Amino acid sequence: MSNYPKPVSATPLNPRRRGIIIGASDGIGAALARRLAHEGYTLALLARRKDKLESICVEINQTSNEQRARAYVHDVTEYEKVPELLRRIVADLGGLDLVVFVAGVNYPPGGIDKYNFENDRKMIEINLIGAMAWLTPVAEMFQSAKAGQIVGISSVAGDRGRVGNPGYNTSKAGLATYLEALRNRLTRHGVNVLTVKPGFVQTEMLKAAQGPTPFMIPPEKAVEDIWSAMKKRKQVVYTPPIWRWIMLAIQLTPSFIFRRLSF
Amino acid sequence: MEAKMSLSLNNFIQLENFGHSLRAPSYRFRPTSPEEICEVFQLADKTGLTVTARGAGRSYNDAALNGGGIILDLTAMNRILEWDSATGLVRCEPGVTLEQLWQRVEPEGWWPPVVSGTMKTTLGGCLGANIHGKNNFKMGPIGEHVVGLTALLPTGAEITCTPKENIDLFYGMISGLGILGVFTSITLQMKHIESGLLEVHAWPAHDLHEHLSLLLDNAPNYDYIVGWMDTMNGGKSLGRGQIHAANYLHGNEDPNPQKTMQLNNQILPPRIFGVFPKSILYLFMMPFANNLGWWGVNTAKYVASLRRSVFRQSHAAFHFLLDYVPNWELSYGRGGLIQYQSFLPKETAEAAWREMIDLSLRRGLPSYLGVTKRHRPDKFLLTHAVDGFSLALDFKVTDSRRAKLSQMLQDFDRIVLNAGGRFYFAKNSETSAEAARTFLGEQTLLKFKELKKRCDPNNLLESDLFRRVFE
Repeated sequence: MSNYPKPVSATPLNPRRRGIIIGASDGIGAALARRLAHEGYTLALLARRKDKLESICVEINQTSNEQRARAYVHDVTEYEKVPELLRRIVADLGGLDLVVFVAGVNYPPGGIDKYNFENDRKMIEINLIGAMAWLTPVAEMFQSAKAGQIVGISSVAGDRGRVGNPGYNTSKAGLATYLEALRNRLTRHGVNVLTVKPGFVQTEMLKAAQGPTPFMIPPEKAVEDIWSAMKKRKQVVYTPPIWRWIMLAIQLTPSFIFRRLSF
Repeated sequence: MEAKMSLSLNNFIQLENFGHSLRAPSYRFRPTSPEEICEVFQLADKTGLTVTARGAGRSYNDAALNGGGIILDLTAMNRILEWDSATGLVRCEPGVTLEQLWQRVEPEGWWPPVVSGTMKTTLGGCLGANIHGKNNFKMGPIGEHVVGLTALLPTGAEITCTPKENIDLFYGMISGLGILGVFTSITLQMKHIESGLLEVHAWPAHDLHEHLSLLLDNAPNYDYIVGWMDTMNGGKSLGRGQIHAANYLHGNEDPNPQKTMQLNNQILPPRIFGVFPKSILYLFMMPFANNLGWWGVNTAKYVASLRRSVFRQSHAAFHFLLDYVPNWELSYGRGGLIQYQSFLPKETAEAAWREMIDLSLRRGLPSYLGVTKRHRPDKFLLTHAVDGFSLALDFKVTDSRRAKLSQMLQDFDRIVLNAGGRFYFAKNSETSAEAARTFLGEQTLLKFKELKKRCDPNNLLESDLFRRVFE
C-alpha cells in the first residue's frame, strides 16, 4: 500500500484530472508540473533525484493549498518495475487522464570525429526504451479505457540525422516514430498522443550543447506551447513554433548538400 | 482460475455513474460464484488495491466507482435461486434486477414490496443503498422486507443475517453501501396483489404549502403517493405541481385479474403510438435540455395537470417512470446530470425548500425536475429517512455551471442540515464528510467504523463514495 494520503475523490461538480510526469525534477518536466497543478491536475511526479522531486512537490502543494503533487523516485531504465509502479500510482491518484514522458539525457560525443557507444546506448536506454517501457502499459490502459492523453517530449534533433550527435538524433527520432505509431493505434480509441519537438530550451541538458543556441526559450515558454497544444489535443507541436519552418527547410535540404555541412 | 484473476489491462475499463457526470477507470471482474469473489479479495490483498461492489451502476454518484482500483461487477450472479408462489418468499443472487424479479412474481399474483423508479437496479445495490419507493411512508425501505441474507466478508467468512441473527450486521449491511461485505444471497418477502392494475388519482397542487399538505393528508389513505414539482416557477406559485396517489385493486374491483397480471399487460411499450421507437427519443429531448426548454416542459405539464383525474395503470407503468424513455439521462448532454435529494421533517420542509428553490431561481440554476415523496423513519444504520418528505432535484452539469452549482449545493446542504434534514447516498454526489457527520451523528459513524473494522480489518472494500464521505 502507498504511504501517501488517499486521493481526493472526484465529484461531478469538482472533477479531478490526474496525470503522471516522468522526468519531473527540473527543466520542462518541473515547469510542466507547476503549470498542470495550477490548472487543477493531481500529479504523480517521477524522477531519480529524491530531494529535488520532493522540493517541487512541497512547492506545488503549498501554492495550491492541497495535496496535488506526489513524488515517486524512479529510474526509467528499471523497466521491469514500471507496470507495478504504474498500477500503484493509478490507484493512489484514483484514475489517470494524462501521461507525460519528459525524461531524457543528452551526451554529445564532443566533436564530429568522436564516437562513444556507451553514451549512445545510455541515450537509447533512457530516451527511447525508457519511454517505451512506460508508454506500452499506459497505451494498453488508455486503449482499454477508451480515454486519455499521452505527451512525449521528442526534439527537433530527431527530425534529421546530423554530424553532431548521432545517438541523440536516433533516440529522439525513434521516440517520435514510436509516438506516431501509438497515435495511429490510439486515436480510434479516443486517446490523444501529442509529440512535442522543442528547440533550444534553457535547461540543465542545454549545458551540454556545443555551439550557438538560436531561438532559445525558458522552460516556462515551452510549457506554454505544450499546454496550449494539449488543450487543443494536437498531434505535433514545435516549441518555439518557428522551429517547424526551420526543420522543414532542414528536412528539405538535399543530402548531397546536407552531408557537406558541419551542422 | 488463477489466470483469470490477474490484473490484466484488458479488464481496465472506464465506468460511469447513472447521470453520466462522473467517470472512473477500474479493473473489472465479473464473478459467478462466492468462490470467485473470494479470489478477487485475495488478489486485492496481494496487489494492495481496493474493491468496490457494483450492480447495475444506477447510482447517481460515486457509490459504485473505484478509480484505479477493482470493481466487483455482480451482474453475472443473477439467478433467482428459489421462488415460492404460495408464501411469496424469493431467494436471489445479488445481481438479480428488479426487472427480473417483478417479471417472475407478478404473473403469479405478487409484486416487490419496494421498488425504485427504474427497474434496472440490482437487489445487491438496492440493499446497499436501502432504497425506498413511493410507498416509503407505509412500507419503509426495502430492508424491512428482507427476511434473511448471506454475505461474504473480505476476511473470507460467509455470514448469515436476519432481523434476529447478527442483528447489528443486518441493519449495518443493509444501507451499508457495500462497504462491510458483499451480499451473496438475499431472501425477500413479496407483496400479494389481486390485480395487475393500480387505481391512480391525480390532482393539482397550486403552491408549496398545498403540495406538502396534499402529500401529508392523503398518504394514509393510499398505498403509494408521489408528487411532481414544477421547480422552474417561483413567486406565489413556487412549489406547484401534481400529486399522484395510487391504491391496489382488491376483490372484484378488477373484473379480470388473470389478464391484467399477465406480463404483456405490464411491459412498457417500446414505441410511441406504435410507430416511434422510444430508444431514440432522448435525442429529440436534447434541444430542450436547457433552462428555456425545461421551463416550457414544466409549464405545459402543470397546465395539463390542472384537471383532476382518476385512471387505472399497470404496476410497471406507475412505478418505472425512469424507464419510460430509455437513455433519458443522455439527453442532458456531455456533462450529464446530478441529482440532489433532501429529506426533511414535515415541520421544517416547507420553509427550507422555499428558500432552496428561491435560491436556485435567483442564481439562474433552476432544477429541471422536482419529485416529492412522503417518508417515515427506519432502523437501518446509515438511514436517510425522516418523518417528513423528500424532494429530489435534477440539475444539468456543464463546464460553465460547475463552480456555481457546487457553491449552491453547499448552501443547500447548510439549509437542509439546519432544518434537521438528511441525505441519501444513492443520489447526492457532493455531500461532504462534515455534512454526513452532522446528519448521521458521531455515534452512528463510530458504530459503522466498528463494524467496518470487524468485517474488513484490511480495508479491502472501499469506494470513491466511501473515501469522499467516511474518511
